[in-house]
Amino acid sequence: MTTRELTIKTEPFMLNMGPLHPSTHGVYRMRVTLDGEVVLDIEPIFGYLHRGIEKLMEERTYTGCIPLTDRLDYASAMNNNFAYCVAVEKLAGIKVPERAEYIRVITAELIRIANHCLAVGAMLNDAGALGTPFFYLWRQREKIYDLMEMLCGQRVLHNYTRIGGVSQDIPAEFLPALKKFIPQLHSFINEFEIFLKQNEILIARAKDVGILPKDLAINCGISGPVARASGIKRDLRKDDPYSIYDRFEFDIPTGENGDCYDRYRVRMEEMKQSLRIIEQAVKQVPEGQFKADLPHLIRPPAGDAYGYVEGPKGELGFYIVSDNSIAPYRCHIRSTSFINLTALRQMVRGWKVADLIVIFGSIDITMGEVDR
Amino acid sequence: MIITEVAAQATPAMQVTPADWPGGYWWHWLFFSVVLIVFMLGMVMGAIYIERRGMGKMQWRRGPNRTGPFGVLQPVADALKVLIKENIVPGVADKVVHWLAPVIAFVPVAMIFAVIPFQNGALLADLNVGILYIVAISSIATVGVFMAGWGSSNKYSLLGAMRNVAAVVSYEIPLVLAIIGVVMFAGSLSMNQIVAEQEIPYILVQPMGFLLFFTAACAEINRSPFDLTEADSELTAGFHTEYSGMKFALFYLVEYAEAIAMSAIITTLFLSGWKGPWLPPWLWFIIKVLIVFFVMVWTRTTLPRVRIDQLMALAWKFLFPLALINLFITAIEIIVWPDASQWIFVIINIAIAAVLVLLWSKRFKTGWGRIEV
Repeated sequence: MTTRELTIKTEPFMLNMGPLHPSTHGVYRMRVTLDGEVVLDIEPIFGYLHRGIEKLMEERTYTGCIPLTDRLDYASAMNNNFAYCVAVEKLAGIKVPERAEYIRVITAELIRIANHCLAVGAMLNDAGALGTPFFYLWRQREKIYDLMEMLCGQRVLHNYTRIGGVSQDIPAEFLPALKKFIPQLHSFINEFEIFLKQNEILIARAKDVGILPKDLAINCGISGPVARASGIKRDLRKDDPYSIYDRFEFDIPTGENGDCYDRYRVRMEEMKQSLRIIEQAVKQVPEGQFKADLPHLIRPPAGDAYGYVEGPKGELGFYIVSDNSIAPYRCHIRSTSFINLTALRQMVRGWKVADLIVIFGSIDITMGEVDR
Repeated sequence: MIITEVAAQATPAMQVTPADWPGGYWWHWLFFSVVLIVFMLGMVMGAIYIERRGMGKMQWRRGPNRTGPFGVLQPVADALKVLIKENIVPGVADKVVHWLAPVIAFVPVAMIFAVIPFQNGALLADLNVGILYIVAISSIATVGVFMAGWGSSNKYSLLGAMRNVAAVVSYEIPLVLAIIGVVMFAGSLSMNQIVAEQEIPYILVQPMGFLLFFTAACAEINRSPFDLTEADSELTAGFHTEYSGMKFALFYLVEYAEAIAMSAIITTLFLSGWKGPWLPPWLWFIIKVLIVFFVMVWTRTTLPRVRIDQLMALAWKFLFPLALINLFITAIEIIVWPDASQWIFVIINIAIAAVLVLLWSKRFKTGWGRIEV
């Protein structure tokens, strides 16, 4: 008597996800190898949104580069402006007035909240929550953008920070409006936590999914909420305080497992911490100049400088080389999204297609920053 | 009520038409065919409107509000738009299968409505195996969906179609087992008879059956949180990625017609169909169908989507054992206390359902997570 083997032979197949796909956050493209639903391997393909920003910066004056930095991470333009100006100020040795520093911190933290609203909402949308949490968060983001419009006339690409300060002083009605908005946002975040913190399906979809181990995160140079979710307590605002961040009290929320759920949790907690910083900063805003007295065209001395801030997505740095002309000789951008993406392949292998989308969404990238 | 007695009483006739019904047999068929098509299309339009406006309100936005008063003409505008759109067939698609798929998906859904009573005796065909007919017919739509996925020659479509087949094959079992509980209480398979037997809506007598049926029905017709077949964030549009124009509109119609059909079945089986005070019976029926549909919209806006292995786990580890237990308990109740008041069963069954669901959800683990590759 013979026995027949009853094994079903399956063959892996290739699926092109992107560049036009609802959940690739722009024009990211993954060449996914699938065995049925299981992801065997992915191969990332970049460059669909490459505009050569680093090269363009060499052709513009130092001030003229600021609008270009807006176009990097368009979900948190203010932080890009901030990081670039920090780098140039370091290069040229410019002292920024107190009032300008406070305005910068307030706006940067507001945009951090807006960015996390988008990040969490998009991740939940990828998890299949069909827009509801997305719209709830989007509404708060809109309110922040209304404040930004009041401040600088721009909603998304702010182009507000200038070398040595900000482009214009805050209008009289801005601070009262902000003070009114803070408790609103507080109560919204608490309400949102009630809705989703214990959601069974969200926990099933995100808990223990796409784990990023601590050592892998360090080796890949991952920073920001993704790294903090893996248990790396690192935040440039605390570890190497730039601007005036040493004056504020806030905590660094960290996760334990480094899974998608932790990344979601860390972002929600960070929104609360950002609100804490804004609350303290609003009370202390001093009177004075909003911009240092500088010539229109600055010529930093020959040399190089690396300016960095803790952006919403992680460490965002600008490395600028000057040859004592009105334009940077070379500018390199340490774009957070690009570096955070490097661990994606290790994170998604072995998970299902549906998990791939959620893990990808939980990293929170902006293609403008990845491709530059 | 003992089943054999009812079986003896049941009339073998195809339909229960009133004696003064003009024109008799053929008049009945013609009249109800027209009524059903109008009902189905009208309800689908209403459903689309309710879904889009309801989702809008729940998501803190307005929803469509430009076409007609409060945007009521939005479904009409959508229908006109898809009618005049170009019909694109992929070059490598299997043309015949691609063309036939929406038809095969649509026909069974339309046929479900034939046995659903709008009021006492007002239905196209009062089959004495009505609910069995529905179970048999409704599975055919899956063939259409799989044909769409296979014939499009697109990997997203194929993944979506495979998910749909897996879901339907698994969820058919708890679905049917949940129906059997109702059938045992009613003592009949005829939809009209099931409604006539309901002094108390069976949602109270069979609370567990209702929960099981509702969940399984949502999975069967790919309503969220089980909409893996379409899964727009993962598979762009799932099985109908490659469809456009009127063929896409047919799939869209199928989606909502299925939802309405399932709501109508739930209304008939669990919410005492056309029965209700003051209002005319058919109005009660429509109101109940819309309420059930609204609950589906509600879950859609509230819950994230489950994963395919979690979907399977839910069917086989959660719904299937509970359906068996529910069946067992119902059978014991009917055999041991055939003449007891149903109100006693209401209390007992609600208590049992609550305890079982709580216990099971404590022990239940979804899926198996990561696979080593």
